Order: sequence, then C-alpha cells, then structure tokens
Amino acid sequence: MLSIKHLCKSYVPGKPVLTDIDLEVTERGITAIIGPSGTGKSTLVRCINRLVEPTSGSIEFEGRDLVRLKRGELREARRHIGMVFQEYNLVERLTVMENLLSGRLGYVSAWRAWRRKFSAEDTARAFELLDVVGLAGFTNQRADSLSGGQRQRVGIARAVMQQPSVLLADEPTSSLDPKTSVEIMQLLADIARQRGIPVLINMHDVELAKRFADRIVGMADGTIVFDGPPRQLTDDTLKIIYGGQGWLQ
Amino acid sequence: MNEVKPSPLPLSPNERGSLQADPFRPNWWSRGAWLLLALYVVYAGSQMDASWSRVIAGLHNTAHFLGRMFPPNFSRWELLVKGLQESLEIAVLASALGILLALPIGLCSARNLMPAWISWPARLLIVSARSFHPVIVAIVFVKAVGFGALAGILALTVASIGFIGKLFAEAIEEISLKQVEAVRATGAPFMSVIAFGVLPQVFTRFIGFCTYQLDSNLRNSTMVGIVGAGGIGGTLFAAFQRFDYDYVCAILISIIALIMIGEVLATYVRAIFIDGVSFADMLHHRLGSLQPQRDRLVEDD
Repeated sequence: MLSIKHLCKSYVPGKPVLTDIDLEVTERGITAIIGPSGTGKSTLVRCINRLVEPTSGSIEFEGRDLVRLKRGELREARRHIGMVFQEYNLVERLTVMENLLSGRLGYVSAWRAWRRKFSAEDTARAFELLDVVGLAGFTNQRADSLSGGQRQRVGIARAVMQQPSVLLADEPTSSLDPKTSVEIMQLLADIARQRGIPVLINMHDVELAKRFADRIVGMADGTIVFDGPPRQLTDDTLKIIYGGQGWLQ
Repeated sequence: MNEVKPSPLPLSPNERGSLQADPFRPNWWSRGAWLLLALYVVYAGSQMDASWSRVIAGLHNTAHFLGRMFPPNFSRWELLVKGLQESLEIAVLASALGILLALPIGLCSARNLMPAWISWPARLLIVSARSFHPVIVAIVFVKAVGFGALAGILALTVASIGFIGKLFAEAIEEISLKQVEAVRATGAPFMSVIAFGVLPQVFTRFIGFCTYQLDSNLRNSTMVGIVGAGGIGGTLFAAFQRFDYDYVCAILISIIALIMIGEVLATYVRAIFIDGVSFADMLHHRLGSLQPQRDRLVEDD
C-alpha cells in the first residue's frame, strides 16, 4: 500500500532531519509514530503527501512513486491521501459543510467549486459523515465558532470525504484535552476499522499510542529505532527512543 | 523538524557588564534625529514667508469671500444635478471596473501564492497605478480620449486598481497558510485552492477596501472635472472663475450631501458583508445599534 524506501530529508544541506527511513504500511488499523520533539515525525508524515518535499528516496503508493510525480499527478495522488492536522487547519470563515465539501475539491472542477456546485452524492455523504463524527446539526455553523474537539472532528470528516485509501494524521490530539484526545483517537480507530484503511498517526502521547495503535514506530534522531506491536514497547525501548530514564518513573 | 540550538555559553565578564547596564540609557542617534527634524521644521517655516500681516489680510479676504457665498444660490439647479449625476456615474463605473481588474492583479502580486516572475510584474503595475495623483492621470487621459466623463472614469479606474490591488495583495500575504495547506492536501486544483482556502480569509477585508474606494472615488470624481474629465468639478471650477460664489456654495453643499449619502450606503454594505447583518435586520434597527456586533468571541479580524 504505502512503501517508503531510503527516505532522506534535510531542510538545510548537511543537516539531515530524516536519514534513510524505510517503512512499509500495508495493514489496516492505526500505526502510531512516536519520538521526541524535533526528531522528524512531522516531516516524515508530511513527506508522504509532499507538503514537505523529500530530499531523496522513494515513497511508493498505489503503484506510483510519489516523490517523482509532477504537479498534476501529485494532485491526483493527494486525493487518495487524507490528512488531519494538529491545529485542525479548517478554513475558519467557511461553514462546517463547506469545510467538509472542500475534501471533494480534487474531484470537482474549479468552475463548479467557485459556484459551490457539488454533486448530490457528495452532499449526502457530507451529511452522513457529520452524523458519524457527531456534529449533525452543525452544517451551517462557521468553523471559527467551534471548540477544539469539534474542529478536529470536522478536520477528520473533511479527510474522510476524500474517500482516501490512507489517512495521515499529524499530531491530531496535541492541541486537545485528555478526554477529547481519547474521543478523537477512538474516532480515528473506528474509521480505520470500518473503512479498512491504514491510518498513520504521529503523536506525543505514548499511553494513547499504546492504547489505540496496532503498531508503533519509534523514532529518534531522524531514524526508526523501534517497530512493532504496542506490547513489545518496553521501558527499555522507550529509553532508546527518548533517551534518559528519569521521566519514566 | 528544527535543529536543537546549543545552549548559550557562559558569559564573559565583559558581556555581563553590558547586560547589566542601564536599560533606558539615552540613545544619542535617535535624539540627534529628533533635533534635525525640529531644525528642518523651523527652516521650512522661515522659507514660507508667513507673517501676521498676511494672516490678517487673508482673514479679511475670507470674510469677504464667505459673505458673498451666502445665501447659496440654487437657481441653476439643473446644471448642478447634471454634474452630480455625471460624478456619480464616474465614481460607480470606475469603482466597478477598478475592483474587477484589481482582483486578479492583486492576487497575482501576492508573493506567498505566486512565483516571482508573476508577482513582480503585477507589483510593478500596481506601483505605477499608485504613483500619480488621480488628477495627473486624468490630465493624461483627457489628452488621450478627449474631454468628458470617459477620461474621468479611466483615471479613477487606474487609481482604484492601485489602491485595491495593493491592499488586497497585502491582505492575501497575511492569510494563514495552514488553511491553504489543508485545502491543497486534498488534491484541489489551484483555482479551487483560491476559492476555498484563500478568498474566504480575505473576503470581508476585500469588501471593506471596495467600499472605501467607492467613497474615495466619489470624492475624486467631483475633482477630476477641474481638468476637464467630466463631473461636477468642471461646473465648480467655472463658477469660481466667474466669481459666482453663491453658486459655488450651492455646489459645495451638494457635494457634501452626495459624500454623506455615499458614506451611509458604504456603512450599510459593510454591515451586511462584514458583520453579517441581514437586510431585514437593518429595516428593523437603526444602523447605529448594529455596529457593536464586531466583538466576537473568537479571534477574527
């Protein structure tokens, strides 16, 4: 499904953030990427849909190497890659419905998009998804009137509107309180299960990762140092990932 | 991700000394600059050849002038109405045309969305549209297309492109790119990213610029007539030259009325688009009571 090989990224030449990442994501369910701040988790996730341009390496997705795609091809590929952001990144001045439908923009011509002419099917799916994420009735509310948890639900619904074959999430719970974080993770887990798609989440909260993830990838200094199911994630592995041990008590 | 910065090295005694110095110690450069400015003001004043005798004489002339202005003379109202009508037409057409052209030009000159080879020519166009006062542009257009309203319309269109284009581009350069990034990540084509990621963020400010520009075009349209580019300005200038001060007064009062009406209309438009007040609300309330809607709970510009 998604196969990353020898991926390197350096924002400043000579100072690599990611060095030689190899990662295969084939199974449905949640894959959580954990690791200390500044170790390149976000960069890795963003390289996949090329919001960040990789320096070298290959990312194979649906039989194509994403790294080598031209602009038009990249747009086409992005339609199948849903993305959820830490700060939700909703268009604040648009309504909830418009934000959801923006997930369909890759499939709709610009001319129709300007006139807000979405197909009945798209609109019906949007209503259905609002129900799924628990925001029925919020259709015409502006995104900037929502709480953090509600915004992230809209963000998830927008990504699912794309009918993606893989879902990326860049620290989706880092701006939320613990209870809402659990609810959002549950929602992502449900989507992964029901739609049978892999969900790749980069996150800070190790406990949350252990609770929801089917697979955990540990990163340190721009490389993968652990890859396995949550039960194999011992304190010793955490020491390797985060360094030190005082914090583990 | 960002590189971890090395922790600062221990300070040498010398550096520590400079850190502990008076945080409000005098800045002699800035004091010098203020002194130079004050000297220049005094010098410029001395160049102006202003004296009390001139002020007294001026007051005398003003009294004479004002005396002849009142009562205002509306007897030639037909000419007055025709001039005002033409001014209004110039203002509205120039605004419409200017807004229409400023939208794509402003978009093209936003450096955060466009590559340099598009944004620089667009910026150059805006700068050249802003370089000259509308009256100077009007003189050029009078030479080009002859006397009349067309020259005024073209002159004010140029002014509108300059003003709205610049402010629109600046508004776009201040938008949150996170929202744009999210729309881009869905695989949306560029024009759809503009429609869903960019324009919603700048729309209300754009409406604001447009109403200000209409307001300013209304004022300028009463002036371009002085150089023969149509509108009430021509009539005003002629009245001045014939010492018809009572008619001048009538024209000035009419212009003030026109500007005030324009101002009120602009307030309504802004209330509808920016504060989201519906037209029905407006019929029920006085406009003054609608203003305080601006303080919303969430951050908003």
